[in-house]
Amino acid sequence: MNTAKTIISVKDLVKKYGDFMAVKGISFDVYEGEIFGLLGPNGAGKTTSLEIMETLREKTSGEVLINGLNVDHQQQEIKKIIGVQLQAAGYYPGLSLMELLQLFSGLYNRKVNEMEMLASVGLQDKAKAKHKELSGGQKQRFSIATTLINNPKIIFLDEPTTGLDPQARRNLWDLIREIRDKGTTVVITTHYMDEAENLCDRVGVIESGKIIAMDTPDKLIDNLIASGFERKKEVKKANLEDVFLALTGKEWRDE
Amino acid sequence: MSEQEYSQITATLAITKASLKSIFRSPSAVVFSLAFPLIFIVVFGFIGGGSISVDVGLTKNSDTTNMLYKILDGENSGVNLIAYKSEELMNADLKKGNIAAIINIQPVDATHDGKIKVALQLCDASGRNGKIFQSQLGSIVSNINSTGTPVSDMKIQMAEPTTIQGRAYKSIDFILPGQLGFSLLASGVFGTAFVFFSLRQTLVLKRFFATPIKRSGIVIGEAIARLIFAMMGSVVIILIGKFAFGFTLIHGVTTFLEMLLLCSLGLIVFMGFGFVVSGLAKNESSIPPLANIITMPQFLLAGTFFSISNFPSWLQPICKILPLTYLNDALRKVAFEGQGLWDVHTQILIILAWGVGVYILAIKVFKWE
Repeated sequence: MNTAKTIISVKDLVKKYGDFMAVKGISFDVYEGEIFGLLGPNGAGKTTSLEIMETLREKTSGEVLINGLNVDHQQQEIKKIIGVQLQAAGYYPGLSLMELLQLFSGLYNRKVNEMEMLASVGLQDKAKAKHKELSGGQKQRFSIATTLINNPKIIFLDEPTTGLDPQARRNLWDLIREIRDKGTTVVITTHYMDEAENLCDRVGVIESGKIIAMDTPDKLIDNLIASGFERKKEVKKANLEDVFLALTGKEWRDE
Repeated sequence: MSEQEYSQITATLAITKASLKSIFRSPSAVVFSLAFPLIFIVVFGFIGGGSISVDVGLTKNSDTTNMLYKILDGENSGVNLIAYKSEELMNADLKKGNIAAIINIQPVDATHDGKIKVALQLCDASGRNGKIFQSQLGSIVSNINSTGTPVSDMKIQMAEPTTIQGRAYKSIDFILPGQLGFSLLASGVFGTAFVFFSLRQTLVLKRFFATPIKRSGIVIGEAIARLIFAMMGSVVIILIGKFAFGFTLIHGVTTFLEMLLLCSLGLIVFMGFGFVVSGLAKNESSIPPLANIITMPQFLLAGTFFSISNFPSWLQPICKILPLTYLNDALRKVAFEGQGLWDVHTQILIILAWGVGVYILAIKVFKWE
């Protein structure tokens, strides 16, 4: 991964809301074709950092380059090459999934086959359904479909699995991996460590507006163990989630 | 990456299309823009001119023992008969437009067989009220003639010849423009305020911001959708008025198109109020009170149901600053009096002035997030 091309470069990023410093000078690079995770507890500054990269929020200082484009004055160009999934974003009321995709294809000026788009996220049977009729997992899958319309170089996913059951989460991870395997860079925020460990190629840990660690999940774990850390309880070969999945099946359900 | 030029127009029209579909599927939009005005039109269309009250001078020596006088003098006749001390004073009031007409009721001959003749004097100055009274009088007379004591020899004398001589001013000609204007106001203010507030709250707008469309494109796309919807509503209202209730469109298609142009102008200005409300509203439930502050006074005071001249004189200056007053006025002048858009340029300019003011305010208070 070290030889990979940098697609996102963040340097000394600062964001202040009045006196409150939400992001305190963070720097990191995201490489082309990886799944990069921003980890951290709620309120650590993940979403703020993400929204600055998405050009949805003005930064206070620092430099952010998206595929070589500057967020200060090339916002329109950046928007054309990124896909954005917001935390809990709504969709136009009263429209079917098919019509929503038509709307987004107009917004991105792209001709797309809506049915194929829906099929790519496993929602081909829901073409005529309204967004509010979908389950949590389906909503997230649809949301990801809308990020793919412009065939973006990078997609940003803000806590995509929050509130989903274990099956739906795993299902979404598979989808995100598929997207990465097709060459799209994925930037994801999460506060679930198992998700980061399973899904992310590299992670940056944000705490109180600062990046306090950044590496591959494996390396971070090794580092901790090397420092002499030991779990209090012997780890078994399976955990309760494995039990749950073994009992209820890995099959992802609609409801 | 394809390097083809990104078209804001394509993106804007995509919003328009989505918004229109959404509006058509929203029951409240359809009810407010179509059903409400139509219900009022139907109700008032059948009630007739009862809701419009006009002042009419009665000549001194008029016969007051006849049926016609009793009807006109009755509580709900919509006519306020005024006896003047002097003929000159009465004539002067007619010329100033303070009264709609002067009538003189006389027995046909001295035998008092119940037959009477009526002379009616109108003047340009009284505007539509004269015609309202003329048509009321006509229908009362024909009612009496067909049922009770015949009123013969009803004569209508015009004080001065007017351009709209002999055209009956039906109550639909008054009610429909008022309802049309009010439906545009309601749709412009409520529709715009709710849509933008909810799009903002549910982060639909934010998701749009993440696409290359400009913010102005989002607003314009939404506005076009509302305009199309409101114009379709106006077309339906005018056509139902025309074919079901005999609404007067003097120059036919030209008048129809001129009305639609005025409607578009009105709606665009009223949408500005909607933007202001959506910006000021702290939560969903504060939208209706805010929107009502804008719509209710105009509903009551802008000549929607009653002619402004019915209001006490201290209230009239307020009536005369409201934008809906001028839209209603312009619509009536165009539809019934056959005036062109140029003839109502004063009204149009006042509406435009409101538009400029409201949009300056809207830009200040509008919130995107």
